[in-house]
Amino acid sequence: MSSDHKKHIDAVTGVATTGHEWDGVRELNMPLPRWWLWIFYATIIWSIGYWIVYPAWPLVTTHTSGVFNWNARQAIIDDMATLKAQRAVMTDRIAAAPLEDILSDSQMLSFARAQGRAAFADNCAPCHGAGGGGMRGYPNLVDDDWLWGGKLQDIALTLRHGIRSTDDKGRMGVMPAFGRDKILERPDILAVADYVRSLSTLSVTKGADLARGKKVFAENCAACHGENAKGNREIGAPDLTDQIWLFGSGRDVIVEGIINGRGSVMPAWGGRLDDTTIKSLAVYVHTLGGGQK
Amino acid sequence: MDQMYVDRKLAATSTDALASSAADEFERDLEPPLYAARRKIYPQSVKGPYRTIKWVVLFVTLGIYYGLPFIRWDRGPNAPGQAVLIDFPGRRFYFFFIEIWPQEIYYLTGLLVIAALVLFLMNALAGRIWCGYLCPQTVWTDLFLAVERLIEGDRRERMQSDAGPWTVQRVAEKVTKHFFWILIAWWTGGAWVLYFADAPTLTRELASGTAPTAAYLWIGILTVTTYVFAGHMREQVCIYMCPWPRIQAALTDEHALNVTYRYDRGEPRGSIKKNAQLRLEGQPAGDCIDCFQCVNVCPTGVDIRDGAQLGCIQCGLCIDACDTVMRKIGRPERLIAYDNELNLKRRIAGLPSFSRPIRARTALYAALIAVAGGMMIYTLATRHSMALNAIHDRNPLFVRLADGAIRNGYNLRVINKELETREFFLTVEGLPASVVEIVGLPLGGRRVIEVGPDQTREVRVLVSDYGFSPPASTPIMFHIMDAKTGERAQARDHFRAPQKD
Repeated sequence: MSSDHKKHIDAVTGVATTGHEWDGVRELNMPLPRWWLWIFYATIIWSIGYWIVYPAWPLVTTHTSGVFNWNARQAIIDDMATLKAQRAVMTDRIAAAPLEDILSDSQMLSFARAQGRAAFADNCAPCHGAGGGGMRGYPNLVDDDWLWGGKLQDIALTLRHGIRSTDDKGRMGVMPAFGRDKILERPDILAVADYVRSLSTLSVTKGADLARGKKVFAENCAACHGENAKGNREIGAPDLTDQIWLFGSGRDVIVEGIINGRGSVMPAWGGRLDDTTIKSLAVYVHTLGGGQK
Repeated sequence: MDQMYVDRKLAATSTDALASSAADEFERDLEPPLYAARRKIYPQSVKGPYRTIKWVVLFVTLGIYYGLPFIRWDRGPNAPGQAVLIDFPGRRFYFFFIEIWPQEIYYLTGLLVIAALVLFLMNALAGRIWCGYLCPQTVWTDLFLAVERLIEGDRRERMQSDAGPWTVQRVAEKVTKHFFWILIAWWTGGAWVLYFADAPTLTRELASGTAPTAAYLWIGILTVTTYVFAGHMREQVCIYMCPWPRIQAALTDEHALNVTYRYDRGEPRGSIKKNAQLRLEGQPAGDCIDCFQCVNVCPTGVDIRDGAQLGCIQCGLCIDACDTVMRKIGRPERLIAYDNELNLKRRIAGLPSFSRPIRARTALYAALIAVAGGMMIYTLATRHSMALNAIHDRNPLFVRLADGAIRNGYNLRVINKELETREFFLTVEGLPASVVEIVGLPLGGRRVIEVGPDQTREVRVLVSDYGFSPPASTPIMFHIMDAKTGERAQARDHFRAPQKD
């Protein structure tokens, strides 16, 4: 760039140059329209308006709050309140309706499923999986097998009060630690594990004493799981004859369960989610696929 | 550009340059400013065929703009009765007999593609027709200029008034002018919002002050932009703000007709007397008498005799002005005309002028417009009044039931575009030993999904396979059939099962 800043008149266009030169290339002076400059000044003045209207300057312990006293937190609270008011048309209907009615009304059903889906993703998905598919120790909610009952009322009760939770009305029932508490001897445990596998037509180890297993089962397990091992939903004792296994169907896993017992916990959501949300969640879980009449 | 003209200009600037290099020390004082004040333009009124075309276009386009929202179109009880309506809350666009859903936004894409191609085609045929006759900026500026002329008088009166003192009459004229400008601008904004709600209802609400805030806000915004752009900014919008002149300059070719000063006829310009004298003496004399009528009538204030330029919107008003003068002095019309550089050169070389409106690029543009338009018409004519979308559960992909069966869950969205409630019967193909259940409907009953008028409904469908050993992925097809008309729609998906070892 030349340093003399001399102005030239460009020969072809007859327009003055700015005096800047790069290896012989000169810049024509094409003046901007003046209103362009005015708009630039106007934006500066406009920005001063922001200092007055909105929170802007940090002070020692606080900040300037602006004449409208606006803040982002209050704005989101207001927005959520507006949203809640808009949804009240449907949420009020759901709050007032018995659970079965929600299922049979297509409008309420689609709203409850949408609300339930959102609440499920926020609260339930960490254990039960995004689509309710569950994982080892956390029941699959999409299949047709239920530990505590798959009717709408059963699901709602489980949601409100939890399982083995801190809620007094929660579901209660524990699989004892037969091995750790020295209730059963090791050969009995192995025999009953083989017997249980045979109930759901799974292969058993060679030379397993199924007769001994059956006897052990009748004396120790039938009290909860039932004489025909079909389970008991009152106390959450699983059906041992079906194809669904919460912790797995391997012999080792079953033996481990008999030795150490089982007692996983589902929290009570009663105090944490409002009743309409719990109803929607119950409907959502019910409609995932396993709901029972 | 005219060789003679360029030479003359070059000669002039080189002398200037010599003079200025000799006076380098004083250049700082001669420095041009970095910001330029606007040179106010006082376009003079003109009569002629192009002006008439502009008036007709102005009345037709503005008539459509202001009147269209009030045209009614009966669609029955379940849809609005306004011919053209953009229904944002209802997420529908109505255009006479066409109803567009949000997922059909590709019609808008198609329309925009066609609009761009038509613009290119116009440009290839006759330059900036869009700018000169059809652009809203041009049309509204023309209207505002007409109002200005009616109140403050023509070019000469306006210039005199602006140069003179602030008399009572001048103040009264200015106030009246701005009042009517704002009135037009306000009406422009008012018409705009009527496209987004039932026009008669919204008009009543606006009159009684009970309309939604958004309506007042948009009227306000459009009032301001119309008033500022058409009343004050005018040609500056074209020169500084609009991208089209830049794109147009890159798209044009030597065959495109542009408003052109025929310097082969016009130069050397001179007074009537002087040129008549030169003609008598057998010397070269042009038809241009340097009367500046073409510059005076120009709404963007350019001199067309400088050749094609960014500021020229090619409205043809200079043609009307020049023709008037040519008739008066008894010379042939169309010294300024729709023409091109190629023909000028041919005439100078003694060849006849020619035009080639049909050439590769115009044929290509026309073909592309036909293809895009044909595709839109075809899809519009053959589109269905119902549709089905299926989404397979992402997690879990499948689930094993207590009795060992495998089940998959799907969310089906059934779309009913008719304006009455319809019943659809659901079937699933591709999985022989399966049970299909619609959540919310009794199992084993008829699988009928009822969908309200102009609505969609999402249903959850569970498909269970009792063949006990399906492959990891089986293609299946969901069918819905209108129980009354037998119209069908389908959605393809898959049935997933555990991988075989």
